[in-house]
Amino acid sequence: MTYIKPKFRHPELPKNDLGYVKSDYEGAISTLCAGCGHDSISAAIVQSCFELSIEPHRLAKLSGIGCSSKTPTYFLSNSHGFNSVHGRMPSIATGANMANRDLIYLGVSGDGDSASIGMGQFVHAIRKNVNMVYIVMNNGCYGLTKGQNSATTDLGGFSKAGGLNHYPAIDLVSLAIEMGATFVGRSFSGDKNQLVPMIKAAIAHQGFALLDVVSPCVTFNNKAESTKSYDYVRAHLEATSTIDYVPEKEEITVSYEAGMSALVEMHDGSVIQLHKLAPNWDPRDRFSAVRRLQKAQANGEVLTGLLYIDPESKDMHELEQTVDVPLNSLREAELCPGSSVLERVNAEFR
Amino acid sequence: MKPTDITNPEYFHKVVDCQYACPAHTPVPEYIRLIAAERYTDAYMVNWESNVFPGILGRTCDRPCEPACRRGRVEDEPVAICRLKRVAADNKGEVKSLMPTAPKKKNGFKIALIGGGPASLTVARDLAPLGYEIHLYDEWDKAGGMMRTQIPSFRLPESVLDEEVNYVLDMGIHTHFNTYVSSMKKILEKDYDAIFVGTGAPKGRDLPDVEGRPEADKFVHLGIEWLASVAFGHRTTTSKKVIVLGGGNTAMDCCRTARRLGGEKVTVVVRSPFNDMKASPWEIEDAQREDIPILNNMPPKAFVVEGGKLKGMLFGKVAALYDENGKRSLVPTGEPDIFIEADEVLIAIGQDNSFPWIERDLGIKFGKWDLPVVDRTTFQSTLDRVFFGGDAAFGPENVITAVAHGHQAAISIDLFCRGESVYNRPAPMTNLISQKMGIHEWSYDSAVVEDLRYTVPHAEKQVALKDRKVEVELGFNTSVGFKEAQRCLNCDIQTIFNTSRCIECDACMDVCPTSCITFTANGTEDDLRKRLKAPANNTSQDLYVSGNLNTGRVMIKDEDVCLHCGLCAERCPTAAWDMQKYLYQVSKASPIWSISDL
Ligand SMILES: Cc1cc2nc3c(=O)[nH]c(=O)nc-3n(C[C@H](O)[C@H](O)[C@H](O)COP(=O)(O)OP(=O)(O)OC[C@H]3O[C@@H](n4cnc5c(N)ncnc54)[C@H](O)[C@@H]3O)c2cc1C
Ligand SMILES: Cc1ncc(C[n+]2csc(CCOP(=O)(O)OP(=O)(O)O)c2C)c(N)n1
Ligand code: SF4
Ligand code: SF4
Ligand code: SF4
Ligand SMILES: [Mg+2]
Repeated sequence: MTYIKPKFRHPELPKNDLGYVKSDYEGAISTLCAGCGHDSISAAIVQSCFELSIEPHRLAKLSGIGCSSKTPTYFLSNSHGFNSVHGRMPSIATGANMANRDLIYLGVSGDGDSASIGMGQFVHAIRKNVNMVYIVMNNGCYGLTKGQNSATTDLGGFSKAGGLNHYPAIDLVSLAIEMGATFVGRSFSGDKNQLVPMIKAAIAHQGFALLDVVSPCVTFNNKAESTKSYDYVRAHLEATSTIDYVPEKEEITVSYEAGMSALVEMHDGSVIQLHKLAPNWDPRDRFSAVRRLQKAQANGEVLTGLLYIDPESKDMHELEQTVDVPLNSLREAELCPGSSVLERVNAEFR
Repeated sequence: MKPTDITNPEYFHKVVDCQYACPAHTPVPEYIRLIAAERYTDAYMVNWESNVFPGILGRTCDRPCEPACRRGRVEDEPVAICRLKRVAADNKGEVKSLMPTAPKKKNGFKIALIGGGPASLTVARDLAPLGYEIHLYDEWDKAGGMMRTQIPSFRLPESVLDEEVNYVLDMGIHTHFNTYVSSMKKILEKDYDAIFVGTGAPKGRDLPDVEGRPEADKFVHLGIEWLASVAFGHRTTTSKKVIVLGGGNTAMDCCRTARRLGGEKVTVVVRSPFNDMKASPWEIEDAQREDIPILNNMPPKAFVVEGGKLKGMLFGKVAALYDENGKRSLVPTGEPDIFIEADEVLIAIGQDNSFPWIERDLGIKFGKWDLPVVDRTTFQSTLDRVFFGGDAAFGPENVITAVAHGHQAAISIDLFCRGESVYNRPAPMTNLISQKMGIHEWSYDSAVVEDLRYTVPHAEKQVALKDRKVEVELGFNTSVGFKEAQRCLNCDIQTIFNTSRCIECDACMDVCPTSCITFTANGTEDDLRKRLKAPANNTSQDLYVSGNLNTGRVMIKDEDVCLHCGLCAERCPTAAWDMQKYLYQVSKASPIWSISDL
């Protein structure tokens, strides 16, 4: 019996700008089922944070309940973490972000955690454009509780125990676009080449970034006919474009044919480079994204890639006009400026 | 790259770094696991089958396995493989009854072995069980060769040597001791069906051209002759001030022996830089621990003799310069010569082969450096019934190499006597068995311990320096032996990949602690080595390449720093990976002891 990850690492692991190697971003060894898609997403998060040279103490991971919500234990063990009540991660993230706007917030949830019990919380976090990355590890079932049908299970699909699903599936990306989300993407746990740049771009985005990541549950929902299985996704994968994320200081070296590529500049100066664009789709145009999504749905395709982005996004702090510094850094002098200031404020209401 | 052919017996053999590096290919991880299981007798027999002298080698082996050990590539130090061998030998039970015996009924062939060192003894052991009548000649009164005459007792107690030499001689070997063979012609005239020459490299090099050498002769000895005279008790004392010339293991044995015979100020002087010294690092350390200074970059210039007595030696000062090809030249620095006082000088600057007793008109061809012309695979000379092995074949090496030669020569002699081609080499015995016992359960200890290498305790210096027969190294006790055994990474438990089972979930790639596994598009080896998850710069280690997977990619595993931890197989949902024990055994002339029954 192992369940102990040896401490030895490859002696020639590359280092990032901070001098860290990738294993500095790892977590405890996973206790999920062998082959669970969630583990691949964890690995993609590790890879992304390593490549972005994020200082681990600058990031907070938050989650609800579910196999997916357990994963923060399996990555970034040197970062902050909060494991909330089922479906309540969005409000914890909102509060944390309000108190300290300087951290990077990485929310991890499941289709059950977000599309069922946490739906109310989910849509309000979108609506407030909380500056965070929100990853849904979407396996179309409640994995942790033995595979019951969830709100993203295919209409007419069966749970492993045989339960027929009578209800239409909620499409989280369509819903998010509808709710005014400012960064919406979909990916697949088995495609790190796409997933890693998407996570990096989502971290760079100033505002709410939803990544709906199809993540097969090998134990309860990996039947070939399930749209969340390895085989189905691989056979029906369609991407809006390929995606590269280029940090600010790096030069863009690859150039593509006109009309086939687009550059999206992010608020921090970094750039998302998209190429081999799907016809009639513009990443900054909400309508084209919705159209493209509905077409894919009609064709039984799993449309992945960046779907919609608003590079001019205004996040909750900007909308609320909060101070530039984290609220938790305000001292008594700033919070209780004295009776003369109170006088002045009261005078305004007279 | 093409998919790896794992049915080639050499593929996984190479992954077992220590076994691959061992000239006799001893199944190292197999015996280390047996030590951890306190099965010392079995561990001993795994060794004995392969290297004939586990107790001797567990103390004296040159250990080419240790620099090769995988552990040395993931942490500071390799597993103490050699000293674990000694744990098996020190703690074994009765073993003789497990060893083969010579049959009463002989097969009718008669073999002569010239020289009684490890090479000849190995030939004897491998052939005696087949019914060969074996005659062993040695000039000394006991067998063992240089293991007896050269390796000092403080490194190898006589009792250990006698025990393991006797296991062989007791197989009904006809010994002709105190018999120096002075003519090969006469041996050939006797009725031997085959002759094996295992006479070693018995001539020590001298410094005939150094000024004052003839005048100093009474006070100067050749290291190997001097060590032999000490071993046989002919020489029991030495002067107080001794200079030892040379930087190899013989020099280390000479200086340490001199310290025990009364040498108070013993100095080793080496022509070349410290880092170029041929002696094993641990032998150098042991000498230094016994207060013996080692002076480098000082070639000898003159023996200084006054009034018929040696006063000391004069040395020049040089610096080593290396050209672009790494070729070294020693250039005088112009500093003044250095005089070192001495009453005696031991010259230990190397050995040469010498075959004054082999007439040159017998059909046995000699080539460069007066070495016989010998086939590297069959060990046959240009005279078909004469075979060479050990130091006699290709120049001075070590005990384990002599043993490896002996095994191969025995196969050739057996083939030759039976009238078969000596090139008809038997394939190695191999076996691959799954270690899976359940989910997360293997029949080996897959967890990787982080313990650093344990050091072997030494006898107290004061005690050891008083008596040349007091063994310095005390060996691991069984509990430290267990802990050291646990450091072994079980490199013989292979990761076996089944392409058709893989669903490309990436779990194995993500979990692998040492980033060995990558799923990627195929390419040339050079290209792939650069774009794996971690650079695969150690080209001496292979890449394990799968067939094409459903997405068109391939699985590439860099064998270099795999910890054999089994996590890939544990995290695989479809058992596309399995951990399987690979046993590789060099075939011997006769079946000696079957490991596969373990
Ligand atoms: C000082 C010293 C220390 C060493 N320490 C180590 C060590 O720690 N570990 C290690 O692995 N190796 C060591 N070696 C090397 C090792 O001893 C030899 O490589 C090994 O013994 C070679 O084995 P062999 O069977 O070829 O011949 P040898 O062991 O040399 O045996 C040959 C025998 O044949 C006898 N002989 C020679 N000619 C005749 C003849 N014409 N008639 C009859 N008999 C003859 C010799 O006297 C000798 O007994 C050391 C060598 C020296 C010199
Ligand atoms: C308030 C509350 N209700 C119900 C549960 C039981 N429960 C635990 S996990 C889970 C569903 C998780 O599904 P999902 O978010 O899709 O995660 P997965 O395990 O599939 O990754 C449920 C219903 C709970 N823990 N708490
Ligand atoms: S039950 Fe499903 S979701 Fe949960 S760990 Fe297992 S495979 Fe992953
Ligand atoms: S056994 Fe598997 S997981 Fe462990 S180091 Fe080797 S390849 Fe990696
Ligand atoms: S864990 Fe198994 S199924 Fe998954 S990629 Fe590795 S070998 Fe293939
Ligand atoms: Mg789920």
